[in-house]
Amino acid sequence: MTAQAKQTQGRSFAWLVPALYIFFLLLPIYWLVNMSFKTNTEITGTFSLYPHEPTLRNYAVIFTDPSWYSGYINSIIYVVMNTVISVAAALPAAYAFSRYRFLGDKHLFFWLLTNRMAPPAVFALPFFQLYSAFGLIDTHIAVALAHCLFNVPLAVWILEGFMSGVPKEIDETAYIDGYSFPRFFIKIFTPLIASGIGVAAFFCFMFSWVELLIARTLTTTDAKPIAAIMTRTVSASGMDWGVLAAAGVLTIIPGAIVIYFVRNYIAKGFALGRV
Amino acid sequence: MLELRNVSRAVGGADHIRNVSLALERGTLNVLLGPTLAGKTSLMRLMAGLDEPTSGTVHFDGADVTGQPVQRRNVAMVYQQFINYPALTVYENIASPLRIQGRDSATIDREVKRAAELMRLTPYLDRTPLNLSGGQQQRTALARAMVKNASLVLLDEPLANLDYKLREELREELPKIFAESGAIFVYATTEPQEALLLGGNTAVLSEGQMVQFGPTVDVFRRPVSLISARTFADPPLNTLSVEKKNGRISHGEAVTFPVPAHLQHLPDGAYTIGIQPHHLTTRATTPHTVSIHARAIITEITGSESFVHFTFAGTDWIMLTPGVLELDPDDAVEVLFEPTNLLVFDMEGRAVEYEFHTAA
Repeated sequence: MTAQAKQTQGRSFAWLVPALYIFFLLLPIYWLVNMSFKTNTEITGTFSLYPHEPTLRNYAVIFTDPSWYSGYINSIIYVVMNTVISVAAALPAAYAFSRYRFLGDKHLFFWLLTNRMAPPAVFALPFFQLYSAFGLIDTHIAVALAHCLFNVPLAVWILEGFMSGVPKEIDETAYIDGYSFPRFFIKIFTPLIASGIGVAAFFCFMFSWVELLIARTLTTTDAKPIAAIMTRTVSASGMDWGVLAAAGVLTIIPGAIVIYFVRNYIAKGFALGRV
Repeated sequence: MLELRNVSRAVGGADHIRNVSLALERGTLNVLLGPTLAGKTSLMRLMAGLDEPTSGTVHFDGADVTGQPVQRRNVAMVYQQFINYPALTVYENIASPLRIQGRDSATIDREVKRAAELMRLTPYLDRTPLNLSGGQQQRTALARAMVKNASLVLLDEPLANLDYKLREELREELPKIFAESGAIFVYATTEPQEALLLGGNTAVLSEGQMVQFGPTVDVFRRPVSLISARTFADPPLNTLSVEKKNGRISHGEAVTFPVPAHLQHLPDGAYTIGIQPHHLTTRATTPHTVSIHARAIITEITGSESFVHFTFAGTDWIMLTPGVLELDPDDAVEVLFEPTNLLVFDMEGRAVEYEFHTAA
């Protein structure tokens, strides 16, 4: 068998594994999209691979009913707030961890990480009690701050990796050239870790977007996130499957958009900049 | 004038610099010579103000600048690694210190173009440093140090990571380029040869201490101690413990010769002699020539010279001799040297006092 023939034969099966992989990955998403364009009768009544009577009613419900679309607005508000706060707080912290040795630095770094290891349920009760005391319940900032507990350590962790990849001599050269710290940080340093900031922001966004327990505990009506609204859609007339599926589709979209922008850095982000 | 007064620096219990005092004049070229970890970089960081001394003070033109932030000192530094601002173009990299100084853009443009011309970077001004070769990156760093017109220029092994040809070129140009400015020029290197090629003054460092400071050629010819002589010898200095007794200097039966005139005044006793590899020869020269009967271990021939490793009386020495000298392992070889070329140290490793006779 020639090398050419061997290669061709290898190629003829090469598509199979990725195809299966993608099929299984995309199946639930396809089914969700499929459902979102069906009527409730079709969803509950028959098994169909595609909508026989495609309808936009489900989406129309969401975009016209304030109790639905306000959920998206609420979620986006506190997620963006949280992302901004987390990254802004993590930048100086990560710089300190990557550049200075100080008393207990390693312990502190590890302790930050342990915050991520505890299940959110552990913190739901103290948060509720604390925020009640300060009258913060059912505000966007309450959820944004609560999510910082998980996202700041994560952002510090990611950014520290990216920052440690920048030689310390670059900092020193800038100081020697006469740069003040803020000017150096903005003009010289930030462009070098821009991808790290993007990845950190992405992870903060995603964790905050998908987190349900704390967000639901700390909100009642005004700041209620979409995920919480989705879990309370059992009406008198039973479950509104189509609307729920449409809401699910709309929930996936922001994440997909963010992933699109940071797709080239995700791998590096998972390796914490140490690639 | 830059003055270090009894400067020490300890980090986490380890002494990086121990009690160094050093005065460097404006318009001079000063070489810091020492092996890796001798404290060259640590000393430079103290001079620059990147680190603060644990004890001692740093003075510049008479004023105490200890603890003054590096931004407020007029220094420039180039590292062994190629350090530039990756996000900025070569042009902006070179312009960066001038922008901070708030110069007008015409001046900046003129200065940057002049530095780029000298460093042969003109065609690359629009690129970013990471798209350049190592040599070009380092020349960008040098150009940035140059435009700043600093009163103290610190170069930490700037040519160590460059290829041979570029090193030779830059080594010739660098002192010239910076000499015009009248700055204090400090150059760290691990290579004795580089120190001699650069000239100026040399400070020999060893284990965080300054062993000797003076004009480079003087330090090379007249090391004050065994450590200084060893640091400043490449290939390594040949040493031998000897005894001076009854008008002879001898190491057992293997080496014995009458005490030369310039060492007559030394009291009898034990000494260490040192001799540079290039002072050993195989051809007789004067009536005072001392001869050693040795066996060759290996010869390395570079073409213009040969390194002969040989052994006698349990001691291994190296001879550096011009031309090609081919010896097979274990061949007998007669090695000769002039007693006037000897460096003599007492048992504490200090060079003994004597009249210096010949040029090295």
